[in-house]
Amino acid sequence: MTRAFKMLTFQAPTLATAGLMLSATAAMTRAAPAPAAASVQIANFTFKTQVLAVKAGTTVTWTNADDIPHTVVSRDGVFKSKVLDTGDKFSFTFAKAGQFGYFCSLHPHMTGTIVVKA
Amino acid sequence: MLDDMDGDRRGFLKCMAWAGTGALFAFDGGIGSSIGLDAALAAPLKRAAAAPFTFAQISDSHIGFNKPPNADARATFREAIEKVKALPQRPDFVIHTGDVSQLSRDDEFDDADQMLKGLGLPVFFVPGEHDMLDPDGGKAFLNRFGKGSIGAGWYSFDHRGVHFVALVNVADLKPGGMGNLGAAQLAWLKDDLAGRPSSQPIVVFAHIPLWTVYADWGWGTDDAAEALKLLARFGSVTVLNGHIHQITQKIEGRIAFHTARSTAFPQPAPGTAPSPGPLKVPAEQLHSMLGVTDALFVRGRDRIALIDSTLSA
Repeated sequence: MTRAFKMLTFQAPTLATAGLMLSATAAMTRAAPAPAAASVQIANFTFKTQVLAVKAGTTVTWTNADDIPHTVVSRDGVFKSKVLDTGDKFSFTFAKAGQFGYFCSLHPHMTGTIVVKA
Repeated sequence: MLDDMDGDRRGFLKCMAWAGTGALFAFDGGIGSSIGLDAALAAPLKRAAAAPFTFAQISDSHIGFNKPPNADARATFREAIEKVKALPQRPDFVIHTGDVSQLSRDDEFDDADQMLKGLGLPVFFVPGEHDMLDPDGGKAFLNRFGKGSIGAGWYSFDHRGVHFVALVNVADLKPGGMGNLGAAQLAWLKDDLAGRPSSQPIVVFAHIPLWTVYADWGWGTDDAAEALKLLARFGSVTVLNGHIHQITQKIEGRIAFHTARSTAFPQPAPGTAPSPGPLKVPAEQLHSMLGVTDALFVRGRDRIALIDSTLSA
């Protein structure tokens, strides 16, 4: 399986001091568009958003709110979290359009899908 | 037997709800029986005098768990071990039916290992899904507790005429599924059982129940039917599981199924809560509500009885 997607790290938005001197309009045009983000809560042994639709480039963050550890594992080997204990998070950026099914490898009856639109 | 179960229904349901400490099994000729450790300590096994041997089951120690209702799963595991050590009839060995650890961390496995060594008894393990969480997907568990096992950790052994089979149904789980044995393990089981006389008592142990207790919570094993088919010709089969942190029992043909309590925390009865997460009873209740398991099975064509009651009942 080709790993066609890469993890992205957020860069703290930095504005040059000079940028502050620019007009608001100019600043808007110079700043990169804010990366899209979405989240999925894991609670009561379910992925609370069963099917989540996002645009390509969106970073999805899963957060485990259960007292029991879970994982987030792609059906097709596209992404795989480490074990997420209570409060732990896992993020993945979906660069390309497609449908991505996933499950918890500890409790495989827990399933979800991310639908990525171009 | 159904009448007996109904007669003790109240006690049965009561004991289903709470965490316990383990179960003791005795083989008495063709008759096997089990009794909760607390009951065994309070009133020594009447059947023990004639029993050729006993063994104890401990399950779901979840070493490292530290949330309600149990801030220290190590402490309750130590208590369970002390109860085994204090038994009037020393068991020949102990089986641990999985979820030794909470997160497969080395310190969790090490603490469990050190505490169990205090027993001075052989301990036979199968992994639970919590024991598969190291980066190598279970190697940490196998290196410590699975020496000499095959595949993901399965094996068998004979003890005083009884054949014990340890199965692993927590490896390579499939999306949307439940527990899974897999083709390789089923092929091994077929070979392992081939040629054995149908009169030989069989004890199978695995973490997740080998029958479907509650599919909505994944409490079952997808391909268990194939294993049970291989076991169907034997006159006496006892299946011991953990995973669901409460006692449930079922008898199907000559196969008696039994799940053990956890030493760490109870889980809700099937469908009685939004999820199978820990049942958050007050910590002081955890100890006062330990229950009794009294299960007995009869070889051959005789009816099999598995009866639970509580200590206070």
